[in-house]
Amino acid sequence: MNLLTRDWLLSEAPTSRSHAAWVRRYQGWLQLRANGLAMVGLITVLVMMIVSIAAPLIAPQDPSAQDLAGRLAPPSAAHWLGTDELGRDLFSRVLYGGRITLGMVVAVVALVAPLGLAVGSVAGYMGGFADRVLMRVTDVFLAFPRLVLALAFVAALRPGITSAIIAIALTAWPPYARLARADTLTVRGTDYIAAIRLTGATTARIVLRHIVPLCLTSVIVRVTLDMSGIILTAAGLGFLGMGAQPPTPEWGTMIAASRAFILNQWWVPTIPGVAILCASLAFNLLGDGLRDVLDPKQR
Amino acid sequence: MGDRFILSPRLRMLASSLASVPVTLFGLALVTFLIGRVMPIDPVVAIAGDHAPPDVVARIRDQLGLDRPLLVQFAIYLDNLVHGDLGRSVMTSRPVLVDIGRFFPATLELATTAIVVAVIIGIPLGVFTAAYQGSRFDHVVRVIALTGQSVPIFVLGLLSLLVFYVKLGIVPGTGQLDVAYEGMVPRVTGMLVIDAAIAQDWDSVWDALAHLVQPALVLAYFSMAYITRMTRAFMLESLAGEYVITARAKGLSAARVLWRHAFGNIAVRLITVLALAYAGLLEGAVITETVFSWPGLGLYLNISLLNADMNAVLGATLVIGLVYVGLNLMADVAYRLLDPRVR
Repeated sequence: MNLLTRDWLLSEAPTSRSHAAWVRRYQGWLQLRANGLAMVGLITVLVMMIVSIAAPLIAPQDPSAQDLAGRLAPPSAAHWLGTDELGRDLFSRVLYGGRITLGMVVAVVALVAPLGLAVGSVAGYMGGFADRVLMRVTDVFLAFPRLVLALAFVAALRPGITSAIIAIALTAWPPYARLARADTLTVRGTDYIAAIRLTGATTARIVLRHIVPLCLTSVIVRVTLDMSGIILTAAGLGFLGMGAQPPTPEWGTMIAASRAFILNQWWVPTIPGVAILCASLAFNLLGDGLRDVLDPKQR
Repeated sequence: MGDRFILSPRLRMLASSLASVPVTLFGLALVTFLIGRVMPIDPVVAIAGDHAPPDVVARIRDQLGLDRPLLVQFAIYLDNLVHGDLGRSVMTSRPVLVDIGRFFPATLELATTAIVVAVIIGIPLGVFTAAYQGSRFDHVVRVIALTGQSVPIFVLGLLSLLVFYVKLGIVPGTGQLDVAYEGMVPRVTGMLVIDAAIAQDWDSVWDALAHLVQPALVLAYFSMAYITRMTRAFMLESLAGEYVITARAKGLSAARVLWRHAFGNIAVRLITVLALAYAGLLEGAVITETVFSWPGLGLYLNISLLNADMNAVLGATLVIGLVYVGLNLMADVAYRLLDPRVR
């Protein structure tokens, strides 16, 4: 099987539909690989994902094991990043914190992207009244700054990880709907959609099989660029005491709990801060590169 | 004669963007109302306390209209909003609108300073990175800008307090004014720097400015990053335009081509970016004000949240939403009025 040879992947004359798709993907990958900053982002994202998933295997200590005698210790061989205000191992807590932050991000995206795609593509394809109503609804949600609306939602739902996820998702979906709608509008009137309609395809089939796949590219780019915003909002909620609650090792919550120690043990709140910065910067770098490859017009 | 009453296309577009505002405002009110309804805090208990006698509870329920259908309650809520009644804050026991009037100017002062800084730094950076695309300067600025969009503002705030206040001691700490000057400045606008200047109390002006610098710079970083990136993207497009080639071919100086011909064509589009950046500062202000104990709307919102003071939370959310909508509308109108291509 010549599936993964370079020639096959760079073939000028693809032999099948899936072959053509693979050629396109491989060319995109080559373009992405040439972008150094994007690759730094990609590798950081992958490392963080793997490390978070494997946290129980890697973490040297239980993230909630307290040792009040050894609290606020500077980094040492026993505690690579020192200990926090209750003597818990910071390195282990940062690792477990990655599970929570990245888990929240994945949950938000899993809720938001399909919802935004559905609303946007249906509104764009149907047009008329449905379009106007759906777009008005997105207008209303876009009229609040994201963090402020999320804060109000969380306050109503009571603080916690689940509420934070729901609140961020509720505030994050409108741009996706906008994007999907704009993409749908450009393909709605094309001949091939008309041809599919002539063959008797139902609206649901046209939207699901022919419109949604075309919107996916811009949605993927947007998701990657949005990740950093979601991370910052989640951490911000945690910092303001409205996200994950102590003793959960969420990065923003950890900073809020230890901010009083910044004067003398500056590394305690700084280390989770660096973790947030790395995660969000990595997604931004990757998103920037992906946008150049997949969607040069969207700037 | 008759066609004098037919609106020009430009005015018609203006009218349509104005017409969408009431719908959005209605939606804003609906969202805050619904959030207020699903909250787990019993508003009666919040007012009367845990051990209120049953007849008091019943009377307050009746007063608040909590026994009536949801639709009627929403109508009452809307009516109150139209009359500027956002309810009373449980924490300060003042009407929420009065509280917001007290806290908002400080946010305005902070956000306006931040946007001015962000524009002064961000736009030239964007223009020059576009002019020298691919250079080392471009890459360095790109990383600085991406970092600005990635760094959590509370980490930046805490670290800058650590470095510039604690270690170097070149800026004053948190708050809006030193304790020594507290209460010395008569309140006129609520913006301390301006109030102190009106009172010609130059010591206070200096102290207020010194307190303003750090939070404003921290807050400005994010917007600066955004403005730089957008300016660069617009400029790259503009620099590729044929009018730029023409201007160069005529032998105009590089500076004139860059600023007058290339930048002149994107200035109007930047207005939208600036309005969005300014609106985004409201969000950053919530966190910045918490870190720097800056007595603005963000701090008020956060303290109310921690005290489960729902009237205050919803009132502040609504007002921030209103400002957001207002800014977007202004950007929209300015864009349509100023850009000759939008017709």
